[in-house]
Amino acid sequence: MNESLLVDLLTAGLLYGTPLVLAGLGELLAERGGVMNLGVEAMMLMGAVSAFWFVQSFEGPARLAIFLAILVAALVGMAMATLYAFVVITLRANQVVSGLALLILGGAAGLSSYLAAVGELAGPAGRHRLPTYDVLGLSDAPIVGPVIFGQNVLVYASWILVALAAFYLYRTQTGLHLQAVGEDPRSADAMGINVSRYRYGHTIIGGAFAGVAGSYYTLAIQPTWIDGITAGAGWIAIALVITAFWRPGLLLAGAYLFGIVTSLGFTLQARGVDLAPEIFRSLPYVLTILAVVIVSRGGGRGRFKAPAALGEPYSREEA
Amino acid sequence: MTAAGTRTQDQDLHTVSARGITKAFPGVVANDGVDFDADRGEVHALLGENGSGKTTLCKILTGLYRPDAGQVLVGGNPVSFRSPADAYEAGIFMVHQHFSLVSSMTVAENVVLGWHREKRRVFNRRQVEEEVARAAERFDMHVDPRAVVSRLSVGERQRVEILKAFYRGARTLILDEPTSVLTPQEAEQLFVSLRRMASEGESVVFISHKLDEVSALCDRVTVLRQGHVSGSADLRTTSVDARGLARMMVGRDIAFSRRSRSEPVGESEPALELREVSAVDADGTPALREVTLSVRPGEILGVAGVAGNGQVALGEVIAGLRDRTGGDITLRGEPLAPGNPRAASDRGLAYVPEDRIGTGLSPGLTVADNCVLKSYRQRQLGRGPFLVKARILARTQRLLEAFNVKGTADSLVRQLSGGNAQKVLLAREISSEPQVLVVATPTRGLDVSAMESIRSLLLEAAARGAAILMISEDLAEILDLADRIAVISRGRIQGVLDADGADAEQVGILMMGGSLEDAGAVAP
Repeated sequence: MNESLLVDLLTAGLLYGTPLVLAGLGELLAERGGVMNLGVEAMMLMGAVSAFWFVQSFEGPARLAIFLAILVAALVGMAMATLYAFVVITLRANQVVSGLALLILGGAAGLSSYLAAVGELAGPAGRHRLPTYDVLGLSDAPIVGPVIFGQNVLVYASWILVALAAFYLYRTQTGLHLQAVGEDPRSADAMGINVSRYRYGHTIIGGAFAGVAGSYYTLAIQPTWIDGITAGAGWIAIALVITAFWRPGLLLAGAYLFGIVTSLGFTLQARGVDLAPEIFRSLPYVLTILAVVIVSRGGGRGRFKAPAALGEPYSREEA
Repeated sequence: MTAAGTRTQDQDLHTVSARGITKAFPGVVANDGVDFDADRGEVHALLGENGSGKTTLCKILTGLYRPDAGQVLVGGNPVSFRSPADAYEAGIFMVHQHFSLVSSMTVAENVVLGWHREKRRVFNRRQVEEEVARAAERFDMHVDPRAVVSRLSVGERQRVEILKAFYRGARTLILDEPTSVLTPQEAEQLFVSLRRMASEGESVVFISHKLDEVSALCDRVTVLRQGHVSGSADLRTTSVDARGLARMMVGRDIAFSRRSRSEPVGESEPALELREVSAVDADGTPALREVTLSVRPGEILGVAGVAGNGQVALGEVIAGLRDRTGGDITLRGEPLAPGNPRAASDRGLAYVPEDRIGTGLSPGLTVADNCVLKSYRQRQLGRGPFLVKARILARTQRLLEAFNVKGTADSLVRQLSGGNAQKVLLAREISSEPQVLVVATPTRGLDVSAMESIRSLLLEAAARGAAILMISEDLAEILDLADRIAVISRGRIQGVLDADGADAEQVGILMMGGSLEDAGAVAP
């Protein structure tokens, strides 16, 4: 493998992996508290469409437009997550069914496409895209230069967020409480931890992460609008959380692996490798199935287990 | 001595006191003018039957209930708790029978859960582990702060709960029937720790209805009966024996039925025989490992063991509710096909499960419906395909009278007290005159009077010639009633002892997985 192929693969891995890191991290926080959110894909699409709409219609400097677009995507994700949290936490509806309902509501054939049609977003290229930085002037350094020092702000933000999430989960009292809520809400409640508040909080933050992850598609990967632009990345993010054993560090590594596999088709095609593009395009999904099967068969021991109360509504009165 | 002087002394002496506590619920006065003091440096027993008001009193002392009248004092000062958090603040903690531990977390993590001392945001694992280890040493309660709770025994988990209380600054520790889940050795260890706490100046309130424990462990005893304090004694200065305590609890003399060992057990063929029976739990882990047992007609075989060592699987496999992965069961000389509860029942097997409400009885149905749940197919109860209600009610009425159940045929089972529900279940099972009776924890949670009547029902059934397999965590009960004792540990029968020569210590060694040689016993 020559040097430039390696750089191409890593850069593309980062490009396609970053939304997986962001959405996966959000899902990880919610699941650590016991809430499984199958509506990630819908939240990403809604984030993508609202961010794109914003940059297309906002008159102002590019940086401000981009910043506000990301913020709007986060708020839209939070709004959807709040609705979802109300249904599954307060009303204690089945999480799988509610998640799928949310997906239909916001998904490729739902609200996101409708909004794109109303806003006439399809067609023109985005007016702004996420700028990349030349950190410390090192972006020209061999290999690591473009990969590590020449990325956009969301890539750096995702690294910081992964580190923060790991610290939060393992080293703070609040993180410990979140784990207790996901493992054994009854005991957590008995110890004076407000189960609903933790679940609401982390589900909503997870929604914000998913919204921002969606905006990454229309602001960085492909600044244009196509219905269903995220192409199932929300599902891959959910699978990633499982294969990463609900650990932020492993999630980051897994997301980049998936990012590289996703980009394999373009990268190799650009170099004249002649293989049916459908094979490459199906690779990430095949890898997802394989990874989940391997983890479910081999894992599940000791602390490498799903949160025990994952997907289960909690009520104080029920024994 | 002046009034003020007395008051100062009070402050020094009492960690928590109740003065004239009254608490009524619809239809019942749970506490009626109760006075109670927990003093520094003492283990104080709170003794009483179920429904005597001990739990209500403790819930008031820990802020779960608010009293209708009366006053709770801490260190002599009146307080008014709004929630358990207020009671924690005042140093009063209760260890419930159901632990509040997250099993996938370590001991140290559990200890700090929900607790913000000094409003620390960052969790300093090493510091907490050291603090927990120090507290463990102080009270002689060995537990590894780094151990994951799911790997601890029940006794160790209880120690974690107690350490949690002291980590949060407990001065008064209330334990709700703490020994009901322990082996005799573990209970012994707990007593040592509780004595240590008392000698360090803490105060321990020990809720129990086991009389021998109270006289062995406690400095003082307060007895509750029907919401009143019916007696109290300082066991350091007066000697009150178990009989005297029982009289205070029940208001009359109680003589527990015991098996008289002179009754000969017939040499006939076993009525129930298990040969190398194995079974698994829902998650595939072994629940029973090659269990071999036999019970003859007229014999009570007690199965002793710490909860969760395969007892549930044992009962279910025999009753046909759970498939076995190996081995044979013979019921009255003929093999019993697995997974067919009705076949087992038709061939004279009665089963009283550990889970009474749910598996044994249907709480949303009436007493009458429950009484005929297994016999509704009998000709006498119906006409053609229809049931005749009058006949069902008549049979139920006879059962209620014969078994002395307080309740009517048309009341719902969920409205009955635990003791009466258990009597309905036993009435249904025993009245079918079974040849083989499998009972699990027959008297758990019952008060002394209900316990006594259920014990005599079992003895009568045995005298009539039924073979009884009694699975129980209450060792004293097994020693009292059984002819032979089989001890189960991790799904394996560790040994079978003759009840005549057996003592609690021997059985305890087997319960913890020891062998008959370790226990120094001779197999019968």
